Amino acid sequence: MIMVNLIGILLIGGLLAMISERFGDTMPRKVAMAVVLIDLLYLLVCLSGMPEITQLQAPLANDPSTWLMHVKADWIPAFGISIELALDGISLLMVLLTLILGAIAISASWTDIVVRKGFFEANLLWSLAGVLGVFMALDLLLFFLFWEVMLIPMYFMIAIWGHENRGYAAMKFFIFTQASGLLMLISVLALVAINHSNTGVWSFSYFDLLNTQMAEQTAHWIMLGFFVAFVVKLPGFPFHTWLPDAHTQAPTAGSVILAGILLKTGAYGLIRFAVPLFPEAALNFSYPAMLLGAAGVVYGAVLAFGQTDFKRLIAYSSVSHMGFVLLGIYAWNELALQGAVMQMVAHGFSTAALFMIAGSLQERLHTRDMRQMSGLWQQMPRMGAVAMFFVVASLGLPGLGNFVAEFLVLLGLFQVNAWITVVAATGLITGAAYSLLLMQRSFQGEVNKKWADHGLIDFGSREMLTMAVMMIALIVLGIYPQPVLDAAHPVLQSLLELTTDPANTVAEVAR
Amino acid sequence: MNAAMFSALAPILILSLTAIVLMTQASIKRDQSIASMITGVGFVLALFAAHYARDFAQPVTILLQVDHWSLFFTSLIIISSFVTLILSLETFSPEGERKEEYYLLLVLSVLGAVVLIQSSHMVSLLLGMELMGVALYAMIAFPEKGELPLEGAIKYLVLSACASAMLLYGFALIYAATGSLSYLGIGAGAAEAYVQNPMLIMAGTAMVLAGIGFKLSVAPFHMWTPDVYEGAPTPVTGFLATVSKGAVFVALTRFYIDGNLHQYSGLNTALVVLAIASMLIGNWLALRQENIKRLLAYSSIAHFGYLLIVLIALSYMDVQLVSQSITFYLTAYLVTTLAAFAVVSTIAGEDVKRQDISAFEGLFWYRPLEASALTVAMLSLAGIPLTAGFMAKFFVITVGIQSDLWVLLGVLVLGSAVGIYYYLRVIFAMSKSSQGGEQTANNLEKILAVALIVSVLLLGSWPQPFIAYAGGL
Repeated sequence: MIMVNLIGILLIGGLLAMISERFGDTMPRKVAMAVVLIDLLYLLVCLSGMPEITQLQAPLANDPSTWLMHVKADWIPAFGISIELALDGISLLMVLLTLILGAIAISASWTDIVVRKGFFEANLLWSLAGVLGVFMALDLLLFFLFWEVMLIPMYFMIAIWGHENRGYAAMKFFIFTQASGLLMLISVLALVAINHSNTGVWSFSYFDLLNTQMAEQTAHWIMLGFFVAFVVKLPGFPFHTWLPDAHTQAPTAGSVILAGILLKTGAYGLIRFAVPLFPEAALNFSYPAMLLGAAGVVYGAVLAFGQTDFKRLIAYSSVSHMGFVLLGIYAWNELALQGAVMQMVAHGFSTAALFMIAGSLQERLHTRDMRQMSGLWQQMPRMGAVAMFFVVASLGLPGLGNFVAEFLVLLGLFQVNAWITVVAATGLITGAAYSLLLMQRSFQGEVNKKWADHGLIDFGSREMLTMAVMMIALIVLGIYPQPVLDAAHPVLQSLLELTTDPANTVAEVAR
Repeated sequence: MNAAMFSALAPILILSLTAIVLMTQASIKRDQSIASMITGVGFVLALFAAHYARDFAQPVTILLQVDHWSLFFTSLIIISSFVTLILSLETFSPEGERKEEYYLLLVLSVLGAVVLIQSSHMVSLLLGMELMGVALYAMIAFPEKGELPLEGAIKYLVLSACASAMLLYGFALIYAATGSLSYLGIGAGAAEAYVQNPMLIMAGTAMVLAGIGFKLSVAPFHMWTPDVYEGAPTPVTGFLATVSKGAVFVALTRFYIDGNLHQYSGLNTALVVLAIASMLIGNWLALRQENIKRLLAYSSIAHFGYLLIVLIALSYMDVQLVSQSITFYLTAYLVTTLAAFAVVSTIAGEDVKRQDISAFEGLFWYRPLEASALTVAMLSLAGIPLTAGFMAKFFVITVGIQSDLWVLLGVLVLGSAVGIYYYLRVIFAMSKSSQGGEQTANNLEKILAVALIVSVLLLGSWPQPFIAYAGGL
């Protein structure tokens, strides 16, 4: 029930936030913040009664009782569809990330949103609820449902509160993700139909569908359906074109959720579904997938370098960073997978922070054009320093979370394919180039006269507190990443066991 | 004919009686409110009759087949007609002219639809279709002011007549080939006839398909749809989109199953072509529509394309899941479409300018209830989870996968992806900020819209009871 409550609190909280607007203009954001914190607290309290996370045993992929939490109830028994939620180390990490970044997003919306605040916070909470569902659902139809439904509040957030070109961006975002979602639906139903013809039972449960026997060719096509849906969301090259538009046009809180959490659902889907359900087909496909990943790393970095729009630059840098996740997943060994998981968490914080800074700049300067910014550090030293921290985090400075992530990915990848590793490693150099460029253009250099007598307000205590949370998170991840690695380890272990034999053959093929 | 047969015919008899009472009433005292009252009572009684007739399910003469499946659709059609009736009250009342005939036409059209649904013979098929169609011409043209309704009615009349002619000619050819006019007779003689003279029966079924395809407005027989949808009064458009098309599809399904038509590969190929054309053309042309009724017209073309996939799958799998899918899809489509038209009728009325999508701007902020209802209807038409439209699509894809219809499924994905764009356009327009508009709305219509939306959401989020029910039909 804990997992159902987690989602339910957010859903009802959204309604409350919407209604609370009647009792005061500032009520919705307070209610929303309270709801997310209560949800987070509730999860932590429930976890404290459970075995220490570092001592988790490997959850057996075919035995739900070995998972941290598991709940199952009939929904549409005619087709074997149930409400099945489960939590293991990786989903727990993602759920925690979602709730923490959710609170940060609400903080980002504190002064950013001026109209229809109640409806905004409601949409924010509902999209968080949808994301939690994605991370916990283990019934494939339920997963698909959350996958699609979480987009609707996100669509509204972009379409109603977005910037100048919001209609186009919202539409593009929705069509890309929905169309790829349909491919996944067809894949899910095909997989279920095969299982049905094998066993005579309708079931959408993850545990029943693992180890479904099917022809190699069939598995390949079904796997591709999943792959495309997840890679569009990730986003991987060449399906990333929705991302710069959506991220740039979304309001700050929307960008934080998009970049921090929504992208991770794609990576999570690859780890949880695309590979384990079709181990052989997925790992036969690993070479093209890694090429796409490497292409994403390089291409995203090159495009980021060419941007003049502050937010667009960060958006393209996300494409580059997510390329590492794709590489890590398809290298499919413990090191690389740990790196991918780490990258999901670290990138969540660093990008969320950068988008918040971009949002604060837009709020103060009413522009995102870096050509019009210069020397802002002098007027807003606190913001400048914070920006510097997250910029170097994003470029992979040792000692911070992103470095650990990218280093692990490259290390794991090197065992599989040296050449792709070489290409991907250039992403670290180009990353430094565009990150520092961002810093130079906006915060360093001569003070732009345009803003000189503008009386720009520096970060206040609310903003500094929010930033501090993310800074501490990144530093902890960078210096002592062990808890995250421990949480992911047993899960990855069991996933690797599940796919053992094919993994070896792939490594040979790739060499 | 025995007493049990009359009981089985109860819905048809009640509807006929309602028509007679309406005519009598018009000759005694012309009064619109009385006429609408009689119609409403007639529909409610017919609904009860449809329930009552379940105990007497049997073939009634050679012409009609009363079984649970047809009675379910009879009830559905009558409920849809009742919705049309409520929407019509608002549309046809304020002018203060004599509108009693409208209600008579409505009842006659419903009667035709019910006959069509229960038909098991080509004669009853034609009879039902013509009765429904002829009454519809007049209903489309009923507002005597304005050119659009007249244009729509004439278009529908002329093309409908062509379609009926095709249909009749097809019947003649099939009769020549098989020596039978009843579906089961055709089914029994079909295999032999196919060996003897394949051209004859292929040509015959192809012409029947063309005639029915026109009524369903599947591409390439869709030309009339947007103009008629736009021209007809909104409640009538809703009626045309739901009752008329739904009844024809039910009849087609029965003809297809009982007549064993799915064993002709040529006919199946023709259906594949129709389905692909409908999905592509319907979705493609909907993209650039500005008028919401025209948009819904093209969307309905696409939806019948999706539905044809299920019919095509009949060649590869057993009837059970196919008929269950058709039942679910048609129900979902009917409820969603009715909801959409109910909202359009409430907020735009008969004013063509206010039916533009751009006229819906800001609707969320000054009429949240209607805007939310239309949003759910659009999401359901687009097939987003938690709505009826998603479960309907779920059935189509499941059936398609089990029959290995990959090309059709590919087109379905493509069409749906395109479809999201124009459905979202409506939602986006409503979410724009605007200076606001008037708040007034008929309470009855509001309740109706809410009830329909609740059904759409229920069918989508808790479909189990209905799936079980549809499976037992």
